[in-house]
Amino acid sequence: MPTRIQTRFHALQEQKRAALVAYVTAGDPSPERTPAIVAALERGGADVIELGVPFSDPIADGPVIQAASERALKAGTTLVKVLEIAREIRKTSEIPLVLFTYLNPAMRYGLEKLASDAKAAGIDGCLLTDLSVEEAEPYVKAMRAADLDTVFLGAPTSTAERLKLVARYSTGFVYLVSRTGVTGERTSLSDAAAPLLSAMRAATKLPLALGFGISTPEQASAVAKMADGVVVGSAFVRMIEKNASDAEIEAFTRSLRQGMDGK
Amino acid sequence: MISQPDSTGHFGPYGGRFVPEVLMAPLEELEQAYLKAAADPAFQAELADLLHNYAGRPTALYYAKRLSETLGGAKIYLKREDLLHTGAHKINNCLGQALLARRMGKKRIIAETGAGQHGVATATVCALFGLECIVYMGEEDMRRQRLNVFRMRLLGAKVVGVSAGSRTLKDAISEAMRDWVTNVDSTYYLLGSALGAHPYPLMVRDFHRVIGLETRAEILKREGRLPDAIFACVGGGSNAIGMFHAFVGDEGVQLIGVEAGGRSGALGQHAARFSGGSPGVLHGTLSYLLQDADGQVALTHSVSAGLDYPTVGPEHAWLYDRHRAEYTSANDAEALAAAQVLARTEGIIPALESAHAVAEVLKRAPAAKDKLFVVNISGRGDKDTDIYRENLPELDS
Repeated sequence: MPTRIQTRFHALQEQKRAALVAYVTAGDPSPERTPAIVAALERGGADVIELGVPFSDPIADGPVIQAASERALKAGTTLVKVLEIAREIRKTSEIPLVLFTYLNPAMRYGLEKLASDAKAAGIDGCLLTDLSVEEAEPYVKAMRAADLDTVFLGAPTSTAERLKLVARYSTGFVYLVSRTGVTGERTSLSDAAAPLLSAMRAATKLPLALGFGISTPEQASAVAKMADGVVVGSAFVRMIEKNASDAEIEAFTRSLRQGMDGK
Repeated sequence: MISQPDSTGHFGPYGGRFVPEVLMAPLEELEQAYLKAAADPAFQAELADLLHNYAGRPTALYYAKRLSETLGGAKIYLKREDLLHTGAHKINNCLGQALLARRMGKKRIIAETGAGQHGVATATVCALFGLECIVYMGEEDMRRQRLNVFRMRLLGAKVVGVSAGSRTLKDAISEAMRDWVTNVDSTYYLLGSALGAHPYPLMVRDFHRVIGLETRAEILKREGRLPDAIFACVGGGSNAIGMFHAFVGDEGVQLIGVEAGGRSGALGQHAARFSGGSPGVLHGTLSYLLQDADGQVALTHSVSAGLDYPTVGPEHAWLYDRHRAEYTSANDAEALAAAQVLARTEGIIPALESAHAVAEVLKRAPAAKDKLFVVNISGRGDKDTDIYRENLPELDS
C-alpha cells in the first residue's frame, strides 16, 4: 500500500503542483504546542510535515535549529514524546509525517522497535541526517518491514555514483540539499541547485524535494518551478522561536504556498 | 588483526562513516588522497625529515629510576612525547595531515581543540606551511587553557570560541564539522584524534604509530625483551593507539588505557566511556558513547580538558571488546596527585592528561616486582599551570 507521502506527491504531480514540505522541531517550545503548530501549517497549505526529533549534538544544523533543539530538549522532548505528538496529530489529520533526526536517538530506541512504534503512531517515513547510505542497510530493512518510507539526502558534493545509491535506498521522495552548509535561511538560492536536480533526475523517478536556505515566497516559487517539493525549515522555526501565533504561522505558510502556485 | 580497519573503515562493528551526505564524497576523496600519500616514498621521506629535524623525533625512552625505586616494584620507563616541539604528541599527526592538505591543494585549515595542544600543534604546522588556520575551542576550555589560546594566536591562528552545550571539546568538534560542511571545497579539516568518520581513525593512528614503533625497538635494545604492560591516557585515544598499535600482536604485552574518572562515577561527572557508556554514534563514528536513556549525548567532566569527551576512538572500542586492551580510569584527585609524584621524583611535570596514565602506574607498580612498565607521557604540564595552581593552593601562597 502506498504511504501517505507517496499518495500526496502523486496527487500533486497530477495537479502539476509542487509539495510544500515544512520542518518543525517537535517539542519546541513544548510538546503540547506542536500539534497546533502542525495544524496551522496544514491550514496554510503545507503538504508534508517533517517532525524534527531534537538531538543534543546537531552537527548538520545552523544556529536557529540548534537553539530549537535545545529548547525542545529542555521541555522534556524525547523520541517517545515525539511519537505521542504524532498520535495527537493523527487524531485530526491525514497529513504525511516524516520523522527527521540523527541516528543516535533512533539507534538507542532500537531501529525495529522504532519502525513499528512510529508506524503505529501514524508516522509515514523517516530521515536520519547523519546516516550515510553505506551504513543504512539495517535501518532500511527495519523501515521497509513496517512500510515506512526512507528518505535520504543528495548533496551538491555527491558524485553520480553516490546519487545512484541514494536513489536505490530512498522511497517516498529524495531530499536534495541545495548547498553545502548547515540548515538556515539564505538571501539567495544556490547555483548548485539546478545541476543537482538534473543529476538526481537522471538517477530516479522519485519526487525530488529541494531544501536548505529557502525562506521566502519568491525563493519557494523559484524552487517550485524546478523541483517536485520545496522544503522550508528554519524560517518556520524562527517564527516559533519568536512565539508567533497559529494565525501568523498559517498566514506565512499560505504566502509560501501562493508563491509556489504562482498566485 | 593488525590490518584493521576494513576497506569501509570498520574496526569490527565500530567506526564507519556516519556524516551528512555533503561530507561523504569529500571523505572518500580524503581517503584516496591519504592512501596514495601513505604509499608514496617521497611523502614518507618528507614527513620523516620533519619529524626528526623539526619536531624532535625520536623521543627519549627514559628509565625512571627514582620513581621505580620509590614505588618499589616494577621497572618503569617513560616515553617522552612531552619533549616534542609544541609539548605533546599532537605534532606527529599535525605534520602528517598538513603535508596531506598541501598535497590536496587545500589552503584553509580548520581544527578543534580541547586542552589546546592539538590547536597549538595545528597552528604551528599552518605557520610552517603558510596555511590559513581556524581553531574551534569550547569557551570553558578557553578559560582553563588560556595559555594555549594565546600561543595559537601568537602563531597566527584564529581561535573561535564555542558557546554551545558543555562548551568543551565535543562542542568544538561539532562546530568544526559545521564549518567543514559549509566550506568543504576550500577547507581541510585537521582532526586531532583517532576519532570521527573514516579515514580519520586510520590516518591519525598511522601518524602516531611512530610512538609505539620507537618504544618497541628501544626497549628491546635496552632490556632485551618487551614490556609487561604499557600505559596511556585515553581521551579521543590518539596517543594511546599510537603507542598500543605496534604491540597489538604481542600477546604478552598488557595494554592499559586510562580514562578520566572525573569527580565521580555518576553520568555527567566523568569521561569513562567504557565503564559508563554503550555503543552509539557521535561525530561520524560508532563507538562507546556516554549517553542517556533517550540517546542524547551526556555531558562529561574531567580536570583535564583533553580527556573531557563523551566518545572514544573506534579502534579502542574494538580492542576493548576483544579484551586485547584493558580500560580503567583515574579520577581528578588521583591525576593531580600523580603529577606531583612524577614532578618530585623525576623532575618532570606531566600534562594533566598524561598524569592519568601515571596514576594507574602508581596503583599497579608496587605489586609488580620484576615487571617492566612503559608509560606514555603524551604531553608536558606547562599548559596546566593554572589548573595545578587552582588545585594546589598550598603551593601558591
